[in-house]
Amino acid sequence: MDWAYLFEISLTGLASGGLYALAALAFVMVYKATRVVNIAIGEMLMVGAYLFFTFSATFAFPLWIAIPAAVLGTGLLGAVIERTMIRPLLGEPPISVFMVTVGLASVLVGLVEMIWTADQRRLPEFMPNTPVMVGEAFLAPKVFYGALIAVVLIAAVLLVFRFWRGGVALRATAADPAAAYSMGINVPRVFSLAWVVSAMIAAVSGIIVGSIGGISSSMGVFGLSVLVVVIVGGLDSVLGALVGGLFIGLVEAMASTYLGGEYKLLATFIVLVLVLMIRPYGLFGTHEIERL
Amino acid sequence: MRIGTLKESYIADAALFDSRTQKVWLAMGAALLLLFPFMASDYWLYLACLVSINVASASGLNILTGYTGLVSLGQAAFMGLGAYTVAVLEIRVGSPFLLNLLAGGFVAMLGGLIVGIPSLRVKGLYLAIATIAASFIAHFLFANTAFTGGTGGLTVPPAQLFGTLLDTSFRLYWVIVPATVLMLLGASNLFRTRVGRAFIAIRDRDISAEVLGIPLLRYKLLSFGLSSFYAGVAGGLWAYFFRVVTPESFPLSMSIFFLAAIIVGGMGTILGPILGAVFMTMVPELLKLAVDLLPGGSELTVFLSPVRTVLFGLLIIGFLVFEPHGLAEVWRRIRRFFHLWPFRN
Amino acid sequence: MVTHPQSSPTAAPPLLQVDGVTLSFGGVHALSGVGFDVAPGSITAVIGPNGAGKTSLFNTISGFYRPTSGHVRFKGQDITRLPTPQRAKLGLGRSFQNIALFRGMTVLDNIKLGRHAHLKSNVLDALFYLGRARREEAALRADIEERIIDFLEIDHIRHAPVSALPYGLQKRVEMARALAMQPEILLLDEPVAGMNREETEDMARFILDVREEWGITVLMVEHDMGMVMDLSDHVIVLNFGQVIAQGTPAAVQGDPEVIRAYLGSGDVGDLRRKLHASTTTQGVL
Repeated sequence: MDWAYLFEISLTGLASGGLYALAALAFVMVYKATRVVNIAIGEMLMVGAYLFFTFSATFAFPLWIAIPAAVLGTGLLGAVIERTMIRPLLGEPPISVFMVTVGLASVLVGLVEMIWTADQRRLPEFMPNTPVMVGEAFLAPKVFYGALIAVVLIAAVLLVFRFWRGGVALRATAADPAAAYSMGINVPRVFSLAWVVSAMIAAVSGIIVGSIGGISSSMGVFGLSVLVVVIVGGLDSVLGALVGGLFIGLVEAMASTYLGGEYKLLATFIVLVLVLMIRPYGLFGTHEIERL
Repeated sequence: MRIGTLKESYIADAALFDSRTQKVWLAMGAALLLLFPFMASDYWLYLACLVSINVASASGLNILTGYTGLVSLGQAAFMGLGAYTVAVLEIRVGSPFLLNLLAGGFVAMLGGLIVGIPSLRVKGLYLAIATIAASFIAHFLFANTAFTGGTGGLTVPPAQLFGTLLDTSFRLYWVIVPATVLMLLGASNLFRTRVGRAFIAIRDRDISAEVLGIPLLRYKLLSFGLSSFYAGVAGGLWAYFFRVVTPESFPLSMSIFFLAAIIVGGMGTILGPILGAVFMTMVPELLKLAVDLLPGGSELTVFLSPVRTVLFGLLIIGFLVFEPHGLAEVWRRIRRFFHLWPFRN
Repeated sequence: MVTHPQSSPTAAPPLLQVDGVTLSFGGVHALSGVGFDVAPGSITAVIGPNGAGKTSLFNTISGFYRPTSGHVRFKGQDITRLPTPQRAKLGLGRSFQNIALFRGMTVLDNIKLGRHAHLKSNVLDALFYLGRARREEAALRADIEERIIDFLEIDHIRHAPVSALPYGLQKRVEMARALAMQPEILLLDEPVAGMNREETEDMARFILDVREEWGITVLMVEHDMGMVMDLSDHVIVLNFGQVIAQGTPAAVQGDPEVIRAYLGSGDVGDLRRKLHASTTTQGVL
């Protein structure tokens, strides 16, 4: 048993897990506020990456403009999505909203292919290139810094929710919008805000993921792994997104190293099935009780 | 209440087509279906077969999702099971065509039963996500077992029925369309009986259903089994039609296509999957025709694929936002208009 | 606890027996040692203040909850652990407090569903339809029309989607569905909740007819004291999950324990003691 190698794989797995956690955070943000399962999270991440590409490569803006522009642009997209396709379906069964996000994913992929074609592209380098060493183990620098940014952001969000009274308002809005409204919470504003913030986080995630593996119109498949992460962690739990992300990152790294690349998604989905059978609400999710 | 539809027995009241006008339309429709292959070009025959297969599969999904309320994104995987069964049997065993189709249905049904087992504990969207997982696991099996030809897939020899080789769209039409009609008839019959009612009860309020004596797991499994049987037969027909089966033939996007078809058509109705499948299959084709006819047509063809993708997504979103009961509801409104038409001012 | 047992000790064996049923959720005792008999052909009412455990009792009899201890016997058979769907076949019918009709179906289909447990067609019969399924459906339809729809005077709405009906009619359809179950005992959970005077009288008349013409035993949870006193042969009073009195309406009405449960004794210490007895952990309060 080559422990050093195992350690190196684990490290890479955990780091890419951090990236999953970031995208999962975007997902949880929307679910926490609006109870919507947004399967298009991978595609929103993709839009963020492509916007960054356009601003930094095509228009040659400096980094300190390109990144915020991409993030804000995606945030705007989030607001538009919420206003046009999510809000009209308030009160409809959750499967309807889920299908809307499925449609949205299609629309986004198609738009990206129309504007930028389906070819794979590289994003301009902006992260340090020196390899990161933890003892004897090698960690790809982009993965490391990406994971670092992810963890910092997640910690920030966790702190915000702990110390901000808006966290309760968010949960109230999700649980019962009508009651929240009558308590004086500006429900439409909360919904918009949730989608905007979620889209911005997805954009950051997209830029990082795109820097590592390049961008293409099929980047959205990342969203499927994110889906597993949030099921494992709990659909409405920020901490769950972190723990779930790290876990899935590890599982995928182990599977693809010791079993082969094609086993990566299989392993992830087997984890999904097991979690759904044993503990469907995830590690930290809130259990919905059916009233007889 | 429709004018002039007096019934004199309970059996008559429960009939599928009860008024004279409906029977006339039915006869005309049947005549059209019979004459069509003789008048249509090869391209339109190809389309007709494809539409028919899609209608069959969509009506299966409708039983599970539209009527029983169990959202499934695994329809393509079940079709794949049926297609691979047919391919393997046809290539390695050489068993008769109809037997292969039934076997395809049964293997898919088994898959459906397995996927349905967790449906008692796992509900709603979680079940939908579980079916996505099942879809990927099936894909993995198709691609990584030597038995199924691995990533290269299998080439299917043409079906043989009573000595004739079914190798043209024209010939396959006479098998595919009647099979689809039979499946539609089965589904309509189902919802006139206790089994169909039980499915709807489970969708609407499963706790009440239990109190009324409906064992939930048994009926959910029944629904899964039945709808995946339909998918398996549709998949088998698909295999004989396209003559090639690969792991990429039945991707997740195809499951999404069928879910979209029943949403657009109208879930929980018999007409819904028919309208939906026809609509969703024809729209990309009509788009292609439109692009060919446009002056700058040849440059636009490179946009065809992404435009189709965008249109697909927009259709789903559009129908869900503006017409959640689908085309079947639109059709019902049109019919109602014509029922009242002589009396409107 | 004061009991005034039913006046005819030589009557037929009880149709339903609840025997020492205790139902606990964590530290909360929804039901504690609840026991009573329901005589065949009787109309029995379960009353008590809100939160007394009436619906928990019904849910236990229906099989949604398994009691922590105790037994439920129906027609002499122990059904305590019997799965809910099998209770319908034995003859246990139920209606719900908040109407539990199937909104995607018509009145007729809802009623037909009541007969589900007694019908025989399987999925192959259903797919083929002609033959066994069609005959069964026609016979079912005839039976429902002649016996149930006429009885409840809902023939004018038989093809209407239930979601389009006013509350009173929906409640009537729910009764019709419960009747279609061919029950021997009918558990009615607040049958006249939300009804006006006229509707309540219609429902009362219906309950009496159900007992007279169909021979169905009725066990109902009800808050309308007028209904309870006029209709019931036997009344059971629950409070904090325990039976505090049972007997004829007149006997129960005058029972000081019952009066205290509904109106309170004005003694806070008394209330505290009662609350403490129904929970085992302070954390609940």
